[in-house]
Amino acid sequence: MRLSRGEAALAGFAGLVSLFLVLPSLIVVPMSFNADNLLRFPPHGFSLGWYEAYFGRDDWRLATWNSVTIALAVTVLATTMGTSAALALVRGRIPLRNLYIFLMLTPMIAPPIVSAVSMYGVFARLGLVGTYPGMVLAHTVLALPFVLVNVVAVLQRMDWRLEQAARSLGASAARAFFEVTLPMIRPGLVVAAIFAFITSFDEVVVALYISGSSAITLPVQMWSGLRFEINPVVAAVSTLLLGLSVLALLAIGFLRRAGAGSTV
Amino acid sequence: MRRGALGIPALLLVAVFLLYPLALLVELGFHAKTGEWSLAQYERIATTPIYLLVLWKTAWVAGLVTCIDLLIGYPFAVALSRARGWWRLFLLAAVLMPFWTNLLVRTYGWIVVLHPNGLLNSILLGLGVVSEPIELVQNTIGVLIGMTQIMLPFMVLPIAAQIERMDRRLLQAARSLGASPRRTFLHVYLPLTLPGVFAGALVTLVLSFGFFVIPALLGGRRDVLIAQLIDFNLTKVLNWEFAAALGTILLAVTMGIFLAAQRWLGLNSLWTEAR
Repeated sequence: MRLSRGEAALAGFAGLVSLFLVLPSLIVVPMSFNADNLLRFPPHGFSLGWYEAYFGRDDWRLATWNSVTIALAVTVLATTMGTSAALALVRGRIPLRNLYIFLMLTPMIAPPIVSAVSMYGVFARLGLVGTYPGMVLAHTVLALPFVLVNVVAVLQRMDWRLEQAARSLGASAARAFFEVTLPMIRPGLVVAAIFAFITSFDEVVVALYISGSSAITLPVQMWSGLRFEINPVVAAVSTLLLGLSVLALLAIGFLRRAGAGSTV
Repeated sequence: MRRGALGIPALLLVAVFLLYPLALLVELGFHAKTGEWSLAQYERIATTPIYLLVLWKTAWVAGLVTCIDLLIGYPFAVALSRARGWWRLFLLAAVLMPFWTNLLVRTYGWIVVLHPNGLLNSILLGLGVVSEPIELVQNTIGVLIGMTQIMLPFMVLPIAAQIERMDRRLLQAARSLGASPRRTFLHVYLPLTLPGVFAGALVTLVLSFGFFVIPALLGGRRDVLIAQLIDFNLTKVLNWEFAAALGTILLAVTMGIFLAAQRWLGLNSLWTEAR
């Protein structure tokens, strides 16, 4: 196919914008192998020192461990509660439905700094600042809308006659759900769970307030590594996180395809 | 079994740990430092030039970022809708990648690009365009560049989704009835994509308004936006009432834009496509 001049210009422009979107993230990879501890591009020499520092230092290891465990707990809680809320919305009758949706989406709409500040006041009074449960609760609230939106979309695409068929053949409501509905919406649930995990794992503003000094997460640790002077360990951590994002993107693409295949 | 009851646990959690705290925050903003009800905090904001300047600058930065993203994002969404095969996958990956990349990773990347010893300055110095490094971080330029990139996917995705939904036969009809390509674009294509444009612009505007991380890390001391002012008053000055009033303003603007958008565009088109 031959491109007209206008289409070639458009494609060229899109290519440049893609670089603008992607390059500033990819640049962290060469920086992580910098042998120098000064921020300078291009980096000087080759060293794995910042990776050694990351894996060797207790503060970074602890922050990573906190992030992973908090995000896993958030994933379980938010996916369970979000899915049951989605079932209520799609299949049940909820009084003041639009108000319910609006309230449930508030964590997604409210600016992070406002959520963080207001949560801090209440969490401090309850003794939840600087604790695991505090972080898990705060991040579960933030992750719920993402689960809700994803699962509602999946449920709306599902063929309900299959569940009705199970019921009419004598299965209990619970059995019909767990043996018919759940397997059908599983790819969508996994996508929602990944959303919940990432929401918690990447979140920084609320974590800055609620993590205190004893539940510090990886983004909070990175924040202090960027705030006043640039700590080169951030480059190594960033490269590892970038690898993780690529994996998540591939997994989502694969699951969305699998999900589309099973519901059509 | 009443299936509607399944929605209660999630609502309870959001109500106790976010809605109630937000309500307390709004209430606190209407108190004086001494405790009694008063509009003192709002009077202070309205009569202190530096605070008005922060509000103005926040609106200005958010508006400018939205406009630039619209100018870049619209043609990109058009290109995305026309792309096929690996080229489409590449463009799609480029616009989805930022959603899955940690914000601090991207911010650190921008510091490496814009730093006085960073990528951009070393290129400009190498080409002889400038004789000494130009300041790109610790100022408004850094904030604008960083925020424009980070908000761009929020603009592109709703527009691209709207283009996908468009009935192509309308374009053929316009052309076959003798309209020029330019006229077809202005009178058929563009109006059909407007819902996506509004959705993208509103999400970008709302998110830019409350942005904290980018201005704090890429901006200088003069680039304080409302989110940083709230943080500063709470963590450094410990003036809870004043921080609460500022937070209430930010919350009201955000919710106001959201509710207006819901009215005009419908709830679903706006937030379900944001990711």
